[in-house]
Amino acid sequence: MSDILILCEHDRGSIEPSTLEALTFARGAFEGDDLHVLVCGEVDDLAPLGEYGATAVIVAEHDMLRDFSPETWGQVLAQQIDDMSPEVVLACGTSRGNEVLAQAAARLDMPFVANVNEVADDFADDDETEVTRVQWGGSLLERAGLEADTKIISVTHHAVEPVSAEGEEAPSSTFEPEIDELYARSIVIDREIAEAGVTLSTAPVVVGGGRAVGSADAFAPLEELAELLGGRVGCSRAVTNNGWRPHSDQVGQTGTRIAPELYIANGISGAIQHWVGAMASKKILAINTDPDANMVTKADYCVIGDLHDIIPAVIEEVKKRS
Amino acid sequence: MRVLVCVKRVPAPGARINITDDGQAVDAAHLGFTVSPHEECGVEECVQLVERHGGEATVLTLGPVEAEEQLRYAASLGVQHAVLLSADTTQWDPQRTASAIADAIETLEAEDGAFDLILFGNESADTGGFQVGIRVAHKLERPIVNAIKGIDLDLDNSKVTARREIDGGREIYELPTPAILGVKEGLNLPRYPTMKGRLASKKVEIKVLEAEGDEGQQSRVTLLQPPEQVSNTVKIGEGVEAAPAIVDLLDELGVLS
Ligand SMILES: Cc1cc2nc3c(=O)[nH]c(=O)nc-3n(C[C@H](O)[C@H](O)[C@H](O)COP(=O)(O)OP(=O)(O)OC[C@H]3O[C@@H](n4cnc5c(N)ncnc54)[C@H](O)[C@@H]3O)c2cc1C
Repeated sequence: MSDILILCEHDRGSIEPSTLEALTFARGAFEGDDLHVLVCGEVDDLAPLGEYGATAVIVAEHDMLRDFSPETWGQVLAQQIDDMSPEVVLACGTSRGNEVLAQAAARLDMPFVANVNEVADDFADDDETEVTRVQWGGSLLERAGLEADTKIISVTHHAVEPVSAEGEEAPSSTFEPEIDELYARSIVIDREIAEAGVTLSTAPVVVGGGRAVGSADAFAPLEELAELLGGRVGCSRAVTNNGWRPHSDQVGQTGTRIAPELYIANGISGAIQHWVGAMASKKILAINTDPDANMVTKADYCVIGDLHDIIPAVIEEVKKRS
Repeated sequence: MRVLVCVKRVPAPGARINITDDGQAVDAAHLGFTVSPHEECGVEECVQLVERHGGEATVLTLGPVEAEEQLRYAASLGVQHAVLLSADTTQWDPQRTASAIADAIETLEAEDGAFDLILFGNESADTGGFQVGIRVAHKLERPIVNAIKGIDLDLDNSKVTARREIDGGREIYELPTPAILGVKEGLNLPRYPTMKGRLASKKVEIKVLEAEGDEGQQSRVTLLQPPEQVSNTVKIGEGVEAAPAIVDLLDELGVLS
């Protein structure tokens, strides 16, 4: 039986769903092994950890863990790895997850493989083994070899749906880690809260515009349609590069990943870096003058024509019917 | 003030990424090259910091000699110094890359003084390892925070305020300098080179160092295509006449509110 150490991602006490993704992945990949969850700082309710399959919970308590810091969390995780010598260390590949694993790996001079979708059979016990991981934000996969007694990996965010194991509350223990006072330098000092409402990543409809929209002003009809449908405007990188929309509207590898019921892609060619951000949409409607555009051939539905004529006509028709 | 930005030369694929027959690399025979959008923003930030505070910006890349193209592009935007850490990087893992870059930074700082701020892209566009900047920071014993989309450098008080986007808002960090940040696209809007910039960049001297680096423990077995999503696109019409059919579809999908 192997020891698997899983990092609990939480924000000031509330456990993130990504932690449950990591646990769900671990249950599948490391069946029968011990799943220890490490919690840096206090968490309101530990019950979900056991429910999703943790066999033991270890809580690190320290004044400096009052809020997140990549360096304090990294040092605590490195200490725990040192003490326990687990075969596998795992977190979900979120910003925080990847960052803390990299911090721990750097301290221990161990390898760290980010954004893994699959591990080889006997992964935990082999010290020469393989994983399949994502490159290019998901446009390409890589089979990578890994040589290590302790294998530090993150599981690609959203690669697994969290599924409850209907487990009992796991036994928990606490310890006080040693944290270098110097690391107070990277603790979060403040937060700005954005206005509430539908965001690009949660919108039920996204009305996307590409280079063909032509200017900042020409996004007005897309805004109007998005509003009529209770959705949000998204865009391609060609648009943000021209300064027509803020980067927070960009869909893609270096923008936002969207998953709406419907994505209406207007005048977007469907470059692979845009596509990886849009492909989780339930349905895609492409509106494009070019019937051979990648967006058109990959979409569920298409309309061939000029977006500048079609969108106003659609708005007209929606208004007529409501 | 001295600032440094580290960039990586990557191919710029279009509709699809093809793999070479040996499975070891992206087939770039018909592709141009670029750096990650994250790193473009890193370059722009360095240029803006120099415009605001004076001093000098340096760009560094670890890669083949062809990466001179990416260094000259950064120079055309206003970066004064360029360093090529020369290596055939096909089998370089993140540990080795970080160790070579950290050594090179130590060399550069021994010659000309410490960098107040060093920027890395949050992750590279191709391999996406999410760790090189963090490993370098650890070797140099400097603070680092990733996923940064806002930077205020306060030289008088030797600190940098950094903002990180999270779901529903932003986290604020305040690090003592010298510091390192992993930055993301959205940090700023990168400029395009001017003709004057392009000409000036041709004269920038490129300092070449041999990259060594300690062997890492991760290796590439092969690249693979992800499973293809097949779609039989349904064409619902052409031009404005398609509007009623589009609204029928919206209705059918239940998104007409
Ligand atoms: C590392 C890396 C990361 C990247 N990350 C992203 C990312 O996160 N998001 C992103 O979007 N891009 C990203 N890109 C850029 C990407 O490769 C493309 O350059 C970009 O997506 C193109 O935007 P576009 O489709 O709007 O423009 P174009 O490719 O120029 O396409 C315009 C489309 O509009 C159509 N058209 C023209 N006129 C009309 C009209 N009147 N009506 C209807 N259709 C019309 C054309 O047929 C064409 O299909 C990245 C690139 C790199 C190298």
